[in-house]
Parts: sequence; C-alpha cells; structure tokens
Amino acid sequence: MTQLLDTPVRTPAPAAPAARAARRRSALEWIAVHSLGVAAALFFTLPFVFVFLTSLMSDSQALSRDLIPHTWQWGNYRKVFDTPGFLTWWRNTLLYAGLGTVLTVVSSVPVAYALAKFRFRGRNLALMLVISMMMLPPQVVVIPMYLFWAKQLDLSGSLWPLLIPMAFGDAFSVFLLRQFLTTIPDEYVDAAKVDGCGDVRTLLKVVLPMAKPGVAAVALFQFFYAWNDYFGPQIYASDNPGAWTLSYGLESFKGAHHTDWNLTMAATVLVMAPVILVFFFAQKAFVEGVTLTGVKG
Amino acid sequence: MSAASLAAKRRRSALRTLAFLSPWLIGFAVFFAYPLLSTVYFSFMHYDGFRTPQWSGAKNWRYVFAHYPLFWPALRNTLWLVVVMVTLRVLFGLGVGLLITKIKTGTGVFRTLFYLPYLAPPVAATMSFAFLLNPGTGPVNSLLERAGLPAPGWFNDPSWSKPALTLLALWGIGDLMVIFMAALLDVPKEQYEAAELDGASSWQRFRYVTLPTISPIIMFAVVTGVIQTMQYYAQPLIAGKVASGVIQGAGAQFEPGYPDKSTLTLPQLVYNLGFQRFDYGSACVVALVLFALSMVFTALLMRRRGGLIQAGD
Repeated sequence: MTQLLDTPVRTPAPAAPAARAARRRSALEWIAVHSLGVAAALFFTLPFVFVFLTSLMSDSQALSRDLIPHTWQWGNYRKVFDTPGFLTWWRNTLLYAGLGTVLTVVSSVPVAYALAKFRFRGRNLALMLVISMMMLPPQVVVIPMYLFWAKQLDLSGSLWPLLIPMAFGDAFSVFLLRQFLTTIPDEYVDAAKVDGCGDVRTLLKVVLPMAKPGVAAVALFQFFYAWNDYFGPQIYASDNPGAWTLSYGLESFKGAHHTDWNLTMAATVLVMAPVILVFFFAQKAFVEGVTLTGVKG
Repeated sequence: MSAASLAAKRRRSALRTLAFLSPWLIGFAVFFAYPLLSTVYFSFMHYDGFRTPQWSGAKNWRYVFAHYPLFWPALRNTLWLVVVMVTLRVLFGLGVGLLITKIKTGTGVFRTLFYLPYLAPPVAATMSFAFLLNPGTGPVNSLLERAGLPAPGWFNDPSWSKPALTLLALWGIGDLMVIFMAALLDVPKEQYEAAELDGASSWQRFRYVTLPTISPIIMFAVVTGVIQTMQYYAQPLIAGKVASGVIQGAGAQFEPGYPDKSTLTLPQLVYNLGFQRFDYGSACVVALVLFALSMVFTALLMRRRGGLIQAGD
C-alpha cells in the first residue's frame, strides 16, 4: 500500500524542484544577459544622443555642462546649410560616392567573374596580388600617384584622381565579389554555355541575377568608402574648396566655428545621417557583405 | 578535334580571360606596380617637387631612421595600438558577439543599435568623441565628475589620448561583432549538447567547444586588425587637430601627433614629410616601411596551410 501510494507522489517530487531551479536559473540568466544588453546599448547609443542634443542647443549652452537643451534650436541646422560651401560639399560627396560606386561595380564584376569561374594559369597569383593590393595602405603609393596626377596631368584640385582609378577594378570589391561568385555552382554557367550563351551573356543573364546580394554589398561598401574617405580628398582636393567633400569639409567647418560646438555637432549629424539612412534601407545586404569578408573562400 | 582547332580554342580562351581581366590588369600596372617601383626610386632621390630629382643614395633612409624626430614615436604608437587596441577590439567584439547570440528578446533592435556606430564616418565619429570627451565641458567628464570619479584629459593628455582613441575604436565594433556572431552561430549545436551531457560547465563549454571552432575567425580578426592599424589615419589626425585647436585654415600649420606626438601614426608621417615638408624622398622611405609591415601581415593572412584567406580552391 505504502508503496503504491508513495510511487506516484515521489516520482514528480524530485523533478519539480529541479525544474523550478532550472527555470529560475534561466530566468536569472535572461535578466543578466538583457541587463548587459541594455548597458551595451547605452554605450553604443548615448554618443549619438549627446551629439544630437548638443546640436540643438544655443551657442552658449553648448559650452556649458548641460546635457539637455533649454530651448530646442532647430535653426542650427538651417545655419549649417547656409554656411558657404556646405551644399557644394554635399554635391561633391554624392558625385564621388555615386559615380565612384558605379565605376567600381562595372569594372570589378568581370574581373571577379574571371577569377571565380575561368581556369587559367596564374589565377592564384592574380588573386594573391588582388589581396595584396587590398591590404596596401593608400599612403604607400601616394607620392608617385600625387606627382602623376598633379604634376603630369594637372588634375589636382578635383576629385578625378580618386574617381578615375575606380574605373580599373577596385581590389576589395574584386575580392568580395569573387568570394560571392565562387558560391554559385558551376553547373549554372555550364548550362548557359550549352544553351549557346557567350561569356558576356552568361555573366549578364545568368550569373549576375544570382549575384545580386554580392553586388549590392560591394556597391554599399564602395559608397560608404567614398563617403568616409578623408585622405583622398585631403591629398587631391585640399587646395580647392570647390572640390571638397563632406568628410573633408567637416574639419574646416569646425575651424570656422571654433567654439560653436552646437553647429559643429549639427554638421556632424548631417554627415552621419545619410549613411545611417542608407543602412536601414539595405541592412540585409550590408550585414551579409561584412560576414562575407570573414568567410573562407 | 584537330591540333589546329585546339590551339585556336585555347587562344580564344586566353583572349577571353585577358579581356575580362583587362580593367584590373591596367589598374594593377598603373596604380600599383608603377607607383610602387617609383616609390622605391624616389626613396633614393632628393626631390622637393620643383627642382629635378637628384640621386642622394641612402641619405633619406639615414634621415628617417636616425634624425627624423617623428619616426620612432610613430612606430612606438603603432606598436601600442597593435598590442592594446587590436587586442581589446577582438576581445570586445567576441564579447558583444556572444552577448548578441544570447539575447532572446528584441534581438534585432539590439543588433542594430550595436552595429550603428561602425557606420559613423570616421571624421564625424572622431569629431563627436572629441566633443564628448572634451575635458572642460564634455558630457563624459560632466557625468564622471557628478559621480565623483576622476575626469581624465582624454585627447588633451598624452597618456590618455591613445586610450581615448581605443574607446572610439571599441564604439565602432560592429564589423567584428557581425563576423563573430556568424561564427558563433556556426558552431554545431550537437557539440554543446554532448559537452553538457558530459557535465561541462558553461566556461568549459566555451573553452573546449566554442573557442577551438572559432579560432580561425579570431586569427582573422587579429591579422586584419593589425593591417587596419597600419592604415590608421583620419581618427588620430582629427582627434589631434580638434584637441589642439589648430584646424586647417589660413596659415595654420599643424604639427602632427598632438598632444606630445602621442597620436602619431606612420601614415601621418608620409603626409607630414611629403605634403608639409616637401621632402618626397623621405616620405617614400616611410611609405616603404609601411609597405613592408603591411605585407608581412598580409602574407600571414594568406599562408597556404592554415591560411585564413585561401587563394586557391
């Protein structure tokens, strides 16, 4: 009897505290993980918040220790736009980033395709050279390049010395696209050949539609690269304010508005905002691209 | 198939390869091979951009290594950044990557927030940090003082300027976070379950299951981090300029590395020698040092066996 009574009671008895303990442990873990998450989120977002709040303060308040604006001066943004040159920098940046991206993609796709799908002698060597070029700091070759563009072609004071090379394949884009194209099975390429497609048609009609995420990632990276580039415009455009880009102009903006942190921060927000907007529209392609750079080929 | 048509086919295929590669082949010759050789040539020349270049033997090399006052500080800073900044970035990237794989509620929001700072353009991000860490009125020191904590001089103090740059670099951890996140999600679940059945603690699971699986990615992050450090330019330059108050403009000549050469990096020396002192020869010497260092680490990245980027198939 006792046995009969005991058995059903005892079986769940040890399980219940164990299950409860496990549930409590996982609840504690949930709390710990999410508190850490919130702390990290504060670290990552507060700088944006403080910059944005300061951009709306008055000149004098921006120099105080206040964190929140007394009056919200949206007019600061108008003042930034009214600064001579600011709209020109915008136009130049859009030209540099937009045209540069188009040139890079058009010139890098065929190269990446050849490296991924053609078999030829020296292919590994070519790929290794691409990687070396990708890792080369731009400062290594800047002296001869500057002498070439400025002294021989008289193109300094413009962004052409930065744009023209982009029409000749960008190493990073070639590498990233090649990584992507190798993941497309050869069978598709062979099938297109059997159907009588030439190489160009195979690339345009069969491979490229499948490689859209890769192309999108490369385009985004290139756009951001040009948007962020400081060294290039500093070398080639510094003596002509009409050719400055936002990243370069922002520094002189600070110079012209020495103590006006509010205006400098408003300008800073205006330089950051487009990049972040582009990111929200193309988040998936971008994250995929970042992952791709770390993946074995 | 006859030998003649086979040869014709092979020639056609070689031409096709050449055609597809041609943009890059031209780019390689004009924007890589030629300027690289030219850099070597100029490193042995005395050239100021106006008078004709004159052979000067090893003079530029001796000048850079023995007399140029900025060279060794820049190299020491680079070493500091490699040891401290790269290490902290990898550890922090791994930590944030781990955290994001554990977060179960609002994962997408957290991931986006963690990632955003990586996108901030370097000049804008540095400008923001120069303001946030501004010792007099910046919000960070205001908060530190309110909490009764010591408030450092950040970009204005030679012993705090590199830690401040490191903080900026940790803020933009998004790229490493995504790479580590992808690697961590790739670790087979069964291995964790097996380890758990064997009674492994969560540290042991991390040490013996996670770490061995993701170690190639850690190596990748370290090596690319070192290569990026060789190119570290806009952030230390802008930080120094804003903190010193000497910004581009009429007559303003910025002595790089403010405060006290503590933010000098090698790429800044190329600019200083070439475009501020018009000593193109010595600038080329520094450029070649930069080249040698970058290539050593690139070779490490490409080593065939255990290589991180595999060139072949």
